This record gives sequence, structure tokens and C-alpha cells, in this order.
Amino acid sequence: MEKRVAFRSAWLPYALLAPQIAITIIFFFWPAVQAVWFAFQLQDAFGLQTEFVGLQNFAALFADEHYLASFQTTAVFSVLVAFFGIAISLLLATMADRVVRGALVYKTLLIWPYAVAAAVAGVLWAFMFAPSIGIVTYVLKRMGVDWNWIINGDQAMLLVVMASVWKQISYNFLFFLAGLQSIPRSLVEAAAIDGAGPVRRFWTVVFPLLSPTTFFLLVVNIVYAFFDTFGVIDATTQGGPAQATQILVYKVYYDGVKAADLGGSSAQSVILMLIVIALTVIQFRFVERRVQY
Amino acid sequence: MRFKLLVAALASAGLYSANAQAQTEIQWWHSMGGALGDRVNGLADKFNASQKDYKVVATYKGQYPVSMTAAIAAFRAGNAPHILQVFEVGTATMMAAKGAIVPVATVMKNAKEPFDPKAYLPTVAGYYTDMKGNMLSLPFNSSTALFYINKDAFKKASLEPVAPKTWKELVATAEKLKAAGHACPYTTAWPSWVHIENFSAWHNVPIGTKQNGMGGLDTQFSINSPLHVRHIAMLGDMTKKGLFVYAGRTNQGDAKFSSGECAMFTGSASAQAGIKKAGKVDWSVHFLPYHDDVKGAPQNSIIGGASLWVMASKNRKPDEYKGVAKFLAFLSKPEIQMEWHTGTGYVPITLAAFEMTRKSGYYDKEPGAELTVRQLTHKPPTANSKGLRFGNFVQGREVIEEEMESVFAGKKDAKTAMNDAVKRGNEILRKFQAANK
Repeated sequence: MEKRVAFRSAWLPYALLAPQIAITIIFFFWPAVQAVWFAFQLQDAFGLQTEFVGLQNFAALFADEHYLASFQTTAVFSVLVAFFGIAISLLLATMADRVVRGALVYKTLLIWPYAVAAAVAGVLWAFMFAPSIGIVTYVLKRMGVDWNWIINGDQAMLLVVMASVWKQISYNFLFFLAGLQSIPRSLVEAAAIDGAGPVRRFWTVVFPLLSPTTFFLLVVNIVYAFFDTFGVIDATTQGGPAQATQILVYKVYYDGVKAADLGGSSAQSVILMLIVIALTVIQFRFVERRVQY
Repeated sequence: MRFKLLVAALASAGLYSANAQAQTEIQWWHSMGGALGDRVNGLADKFNASQKDYKVVATYKGQYPVSMTAAIAAFRAGNAPHILQVFEVGTATMMAAKGAIVPVATVMKNAKEPFDPKAYLPTVAGYYTDMKGNMLSLPFNSSTALFYINKDAFKKASLEPVAPKTWKELVATAEKLKAAGHACPYTTAWPSWVHIENFSAWHNVPIGTKQNGMGGLDTQFSINSPLHVRHIAMLGDMTKKGLFVYAGRTNQGDAKFSSGECAMFTGSASAQAGIKKAGKVDWSVHFLPYHDDVKGAPQNSIIGGASLWVMASKNRKPDEYKGVAKFLAFLSKPEIQMEWHTGTGYVPITLAAFEMTRKSGYYDKEPGAELTVRQLTHKPPTANSKGLRFGNFVQGREVIEEEMESVFAGKKDAKTAMNDAVKRGNEILRKFQAANK
């Protein structure tokens, strides 16, 4: 039976909703509308002169090969972060699911990194891998690896991917663990009786049953890689060297906040907004349908 | 009884506010953290103690780009600070914001404060002066790029601890250091500032047309000249051979030198404080190297650092500007400048302060401090060495550094990279021009 709360007064439900709606409008809708408005304007930093320029800001962006390269960087970065973030946490979750003794300790430790702020995670990894003083650099140098992400773009990418994945594993781990625990034991046992080994049991029984969780995490992780990794990048490579790690959201920040180019930055954020909307539509159309709550 | 108390409270409140009104507050936003921040507060305290009409409130607002963004937002909200410290690359942006700033020369004139632009060091003041000779902002903390050597590293490689004077000598020395097993013969901080901006002034070649942008917004970059390409190609070649180790876009090179990791280093004059504090190496500081086949080189180097801008705002009273003028005049006093110069390592902004410091015998103890001024005033500045003024140079400098990095990483040759830097840089300049007609 559906539970319904009836309000006797006509205005009370609206009044109760008002604060949340006000916050949403002031902090989400209003800036979004402003961004769209600014995207069609050319304005100096102080807002003294404003000129409507139509699609000029967008045209300039798409004529800029570096902006287009930034799409590619973002795609590579997101795929790497999402893939490794999901694969490693799935492995950890299946391991943790089997542990009998001290399970709580393992789980707590694995969830720990989620509480670390992105900027802190970035600094932490930047320190460990710092070209001249980092402890990992020292070990790598002894092994004959020339580790210098200040100049090597691939290594810089590797560093931000590692830091971002590390940060996201806990979140994925939680979902996978919950997903694993909701799989009925009887199914797995039945497969075992039929003679399927652990690997086969995982791929034919467990993994398909986890697919709604995996798909949900895929979307969440890609969104995470798109937007939430800003702190990690700002604290480590700041988009360099030579734009090797400049993902879209970082360029929005740089052009808008540091370079005071409001029109260009707003146009970029409008493009990003469209990407988020597309990702959200995908999430609702496909994930909602398949996830069993 | 209760009534009496109320009256007393009201009276004292009235008195108190009258007292507060008598002192006009001057908001000063700056970006000097740590020990430098203490120095800034010291300046404000000293000024406040010297008179009763005005009170300067110094507030640290984060690093340069952050405080500038904050001030822009405050201006848009009708709430700008009176004085804002802006880094040199923000100069063109501030200058173009005609309704948002008041030129320092105008502020001084309106307040009838004695002010002689000729009293300031030409290379320092020139950076912040318009074509008509009006000083737009007051130079505050200025340094320049210098060249450092680690004498221990030289001796270890059985070299005379004498600094190379030219780039050719520097490469030869780097090769010897490398041959002797040194892992980092040379590094640099601030790649664009040292190897493009100061490099151009030092060799008397333009960074851009229209007197490096000082003559108008329709300027274009000219950093793809044969000399620029040759210099960047040389650095790329040095990187390949392991003679030059790239450290990053800001002052990361400082630590590589002060820790003894690198034997030679070009960076800001202000790096000296850090090197002294680390106390790990026996070092000396020198003029920047130059290419000896370039006619007229070395010319003079240009400054880096920040200046103080007077910001306009709705409802700002003439008296507030008067207070600002008084404070700026106070900052220009020789004894205040000498204290700032000797305490922080930044250049003194007036000739009188430089003379005063020299007479005090400070330079006999600290030759590095004098070197900065000597290099800045090595020859009378030309159109190429007065400074630069490029719209949105925050983005422009980033483009230059990205292209330099692509050379050091071996992804592009120097010619392609510098051509791309000019092309991309000019797009930024055109956009700025369109937004600031």
C-alpha cells in the first residue's frame, strides 16, 4: 500500500519545500542561466563594456585546435579513470566479500580514501611522485626509470589518473560490496554443484547479476572524471605539461577565474552542461530501467 | 535609573561612532603571504601610527590571480578595495579598465600630494607608466631575473668557480659539469619571464609590436624572431643532452638550486632569500648570460613583481582618495623604501632610496641586492626593454610556456613552437582588443 501524507493546509507543503527550492534556484539554476547569458557576450574583466556577440565565443572555441585536443584528453582521462576505478574496486570487493575474519577492518580501510579531499589527494600523490624529492621517484630512478612528469606528458597523465582512481575506489567498492552481498548464495552454490570453478562462477553468475551496479558506476565514474577531478589536477599538474592533462573542466576554471575571460569560460561551461545533460539522460533511460532496488 | 543608563549608552555610542568617523579607512588588498605579509602589515601599522586621519587596513586576499579575481568581483558588486596589489602580467587588464581604476598620477594631483615621476627608477616606473608619461600604478614589489651558480658544484667538477658570461660559455660549462657526472647542470624558474620576456629586453629585441604593447592594444607578438627561435632551440637541445633540466612554470627551479641539485640557475632576484635560508650551497649571483654575437647586448633586464592600483568605486569620497595619496607618498619615502628593500630583497623604487641604501654600506655586505638594480639600469631603457603590456597576458604567458614545454619534451621544433605561440598569443590579444575598445 502506498503511503501518503496529507497536509490540511494548502500552503504548508510549499513552505516546507521553499528552502530547498530557494537553494536550488540561487546556487544552481541562477548561475547556470547566467553562464548561458555570458556565453553569448564579450565582456572585459570588470564588466564595464558588454557586447552581444552571438555564437562568436563558441565559434572561437571550435576553431581552437587546443580546445578540441582538450576533448580528446578528457575522453582518454575519463575512460582510464572509469575503467581502472571500476576494475580495481570490483577486484577488491570480491576479495573483501570472501574475508571472514577482520572483515570490518579491511572494509573500513578501503573506504578511507573517500574521506580525503581531492586537493589533499593531489598533493599527496604529487609529493610521492615529485620529480626530484619524491620517494617513489627515488625508487623508480634506482630501477632505471626516468620519471619526470614536469616535462613528460604521458607520465603526468598517469599521475593524475592514479590519484583520481585512488580517490574513487572507495565509492565504487561500497557499491560493489553491497551488490555482491545481495546476490543470493543459492545461485552461486547451485553453480558450484554443477561443477563451475570460482572464475567461471564469477563471470557467468556473479558478474551478470552485478551488471546494473557496474553500469550505474560507469556513469557515475565518468561524471566524476569529468568534473570532480578538478582538485587533483589543480594540486598537481595544473593542466601541464603543454596541455597534456588539461581536461575540459580545468580549462573552464583557468579561463574564467585565472584569466578573467568570462565569455570564453561561460561558453565552455555551457558545452560541459550539455555533456552532463546527455550523460544524465543516459543514466535515467538505461540505468533506472535495469537496476533492481 | 534605567533611563539614565540608556542615555549614557547612547552618548557613548555616539561618541564612539564619531571617533570612528574621524578616521577614514583605506582598504588595501595584497598577495604577500608569510614573512612578506608581516612586512606589509608593518608598513600599514607604521603609516597608521604616523598620522591620525586615515587608517590603512591591509588584508591578504590569496595569491595574485585570486586577489585580482576577488577585487574584480568586489568591483562588480560596487565594493572594490581602495588599493589593490596586482602582478605585472595583470597590468594591461587593469589599465584597460578605465572606469575601475584611477591612475596614481591623477590621485596624487587631485590630493595635491607632492609627486615627481622622475624620482622613481626608470625601468621600474616605466613598466607602469602610459605613453604620455602618467604613472598608472605605484610599483611596489619589483625584482628581476638573475643568474646563480653553485660554486661547490663547479669546484667538484674541477672548474674555476667563475660564472659564465655568455650562453655559449654556459653551454660549455654545462657540458663539463655533465662530463664530471653532474645530473643537473642548469635549470630555470619562470621560463617565459626569464627566457622570453627578460631575454628579449636583455638583447634589445621586441617581444611584440607597438613597443611591446605599450603603444596600443593592436599589438602582435614577435617572439618567433630568429634570435628567439635560436635560443629556445638551444634550450631544447640542452634538454636532450641532459644539460638543462626543466623544473616547471613557476619557481620550482628555486628549490632545485637551493638544495644543491642543480649547479646553475636563472630565476628571480627574490630567490636569494630562500637560498640563504636553506644554507646548503656556496653560491654567487650574477648578471643574466647573453648571446655575445647580438649587437648591443646586454641591454637591461625588466622587472617582475607587482604594483599598487587605486580602484574606483561608487560612493567613494574625495577624502578617501586623499588618504590613498598620503599612503602612496608614505610608501615612496626613501627610508620606508630602504627598509622594504633591505628587508625583502625587492628593488627600491626610488633613486633616493637606492642612494640611501648604498650610503648605508648595505651593498658591501649584500652585493646581490645591488646587482638587481645594476642589471635593471644597465643601460637607459629602449622601446624593447622598458617593459611590456599585453592584454590578458595571464593566458598569453601560459600559451608561451606550453609551447616552450613542447620543445623541451621534444614534441615540436623551436621554430614551429614559437610560430604557434605567436599565432595563439595574437588570438588572445585580438580578443582582448575587441573586449576593451
